[in-house]
Amino acid sequence: MDERASADHAPAHDHADIDRHVRAAVFVFLSLLVLTGFTVAAWTLHLPTRLAIALALAIAAVKGSLVAGWFMHLVSERRLVYWLLALTAVLFVPLLLFPVLTSSSALHR
Amino acid sequence: MDIPYTVAARPDTGLNNGKIGIWLFLASEVMLFGALFASYVMLRVGATEWPAGATYLNVPLATLNTVVLISSSVTMVLAWASLARGDFSRFRLFMGITILCGFAFLVVKYIEYSAKFHHGYLPSTNTFLAVYFTLTGLHGLHVVGGMGVNAWLWGPGSAMWKTDPAHFTNRVENAGLFWHLVDLVWIFLFPVLYLL
Repeated sequence: MDERASADHAPAHDHADIDRHVRAAVFVFLSLLVLTGFTVAAWTLHLPTRLAIALALAIAAVKGSLVAGWFMHLVSERRLVYWLLALTAVLFVPLLLFPVLTSSSALHR
Repeated sequence: MDIPYTVAARPDTGLNNGKIGIWLFLASEVMLFGALFASYVMLRVGATEWPAGATYLNVPLATLNTVVLISSSVTMVLAWASLARGDFSRFRLFMGITILCGFAFLVVKYIEYSAKFHHGYLPSTNTFLAVYFTLTGLHGLHVVGGMGVNAWLWGPGSAMWKTDPAHFTNRVENAGLFWHLVDLVWIFLFPVLYLL
């Protein structure tokens, strides 16, 4: 089997762009490993519950942003994808908050 | 009839149809997991007491699985980049590693589940374990699904590389987007279930 695509069929990608993409992906990978270490290290400190939740979710949000931004190419995606995700966020945030905000136990804490 | 715009971008959207399709699917996945996370928050806020995850769960194994899944995400990127460079052999290597990482994740999950069942910790034991098994079970099914697609692209599906490499590269990119979402969901599941 010819393991390389012939020139007329090869996917149209700029090799310099791909190299940059790969370097960014490796940097993101290493950052995710370090942040995972931070998450576990913070857990071993046995912080007060509210602080522990805030810290763990903040680190998870940074890790999630790195995955979405660079692994999923959202830093350089087309406008339509941003609109689609914005619509998802508009629907997602109330979905996440509505049960909590309307919970009687939450209202009385 | 062939699906149009599998390689070239549609003039009105600026994207090929496969890309639009996978992002719509991922948006529905966000809502699916979002609903379950919202349920978790409501159950936890409404509970008079909530066990620390580590009471029942194995943090070192979950940390290992986090590293495994993060590693599989970067090898997925490298698999796509290999195709974009026209190097099919390296695609096979990196996609193979991605599939093996998925398998390793499931083996670790099997060990975790077995330990829970051995100790009599079942979804019916308490609300925390019900939430744990629901969220990790659904996530595990996504890992299985992603591995199935990746294995097909590694094996029989890769025949397209000979006839239409650009289309095949886009398929791998779209499979990668799904795989990264599976990683993204785990990034939140890990602290929420195991550490808080």
